[in-house]
Amino acid sequence: MVSQTWYLALAAFVFSCGLYAALTRRNAIAVLIGIELMLNAVNINLVTFWRYGSMAPMEQLSGQVFSLFVIAIAGAEAAVGLALIISVYRTRHTVNLDELDMLKG
Amino acid sequence: MSLPEMSALFPTLQEVIFVLFALLIAVTSLIAAMAPNLFHNALGLVATLFGIAGIYFMLEAEFVGVSQILVYIGAIATLITFAIMLTRGMMFGRTSAMNRQGLAGAIISGLFFVVLLGIVFQVPWPNVVADITDGEALIANLGALFVSTYLLPFELLALLLLVALTGALLLARDR
Repeated sequence: MVSQTWYLALAAFVFSCGLYAALTRRNAIAVLIGIELMLNAVNINLVTFWRYGSMAPMEQLSGQVFSLFVIAIAGAEAAVGLALIISVYRTRHTVNLDELDMLKG
Repeated sequence: MSLPEMSALFPTLQEVIFVLFALLIAVTSLIAAMAPNLFHNALGLVATLFGIAGIYFMLEAEFVGVSQILVYIGAIATLITFAIMLTRGMMFGRTSAMNRQGLAGAIISGLFFVVLLGIVFQVPWPNVVADITDGEALIANLGALFVSTYLLPFELLALLLLVALTGALLLARDR
C-alpha cells in the first residue's frame, strides 16, 4: 500500500506548478490552466484524506462529496473565465494580462 | 533471509503503478505550467488530468475518477482548446511568455513547495486503511448523501451552473 504521505507530496508538487503558472504567465489562458492545476491538487488531497483518514470509508464520504463539488464549480469557473477572456479579446485584441490595466488609477 | 523480509525489499505492483502515475503527473504538470507554447500547455493539462484520474482509481474513488474524465477532459480541456484557437493572434507573440515577475514567482512557488513538503513529512497523518468491501454500495451511499445531507449545496450548485453558463453565453456573444 502506498502511504498517504506520497499522495500529499504529489499534490503539493502539482499545486506549486499551478501557483508558478498563475503568478508568472503573461497569457490569461495559461493563468487559467494554472488555476485548474491548483484545483486538481486540492482534489487529490480531499480524496486521499477520505481514503486514509477515516475508519469507515464506506459511510463517511464527505471527502468524495467535496471533491465532486470542486469539480463542478471548476467547470463553472472555466466557462465564465474563458468567456471573459474571449470578450476582452474582442474589445482589446489582446489576452496578455499585463496590457489589461485600464482600471489602474 | 526469510520470504517476508525479501518481499519488503521489492516494490509492490501498486507502488510501481503509483510511481509511474506520479512521474507522468510531475512531467506533464511542469509542461502545463512552463512550456512557452500555449497549445503545449493545454496538452500538458490534459495529460495531467488523465494521470490524476488514474490516482483517483488507485485510491478506489472510481466515481470521482470517472467524473474527472467526463468533466475535466470532456468539457474543460475542450473549452480551453477552443479559447486558445479563438484568441490565436496572441499565441506566438513577439514577447516572452512570462511576465516581469518570472524570478519572484519561481522563488515563491519553489519555497511554497518546500514548506508544504516539510509539513507533509512532519505531520503524523492518521494513515488508517479500512478495506472497501463493496464499491457499488459506496456509490449508492454517495448518491444518498447528495439528496439528504448535502441537498441544499447540491441544488445551489445546479443553480450556480445554470447562472454561470448563461452568463458565459451572454459575455462571449457577438454583439
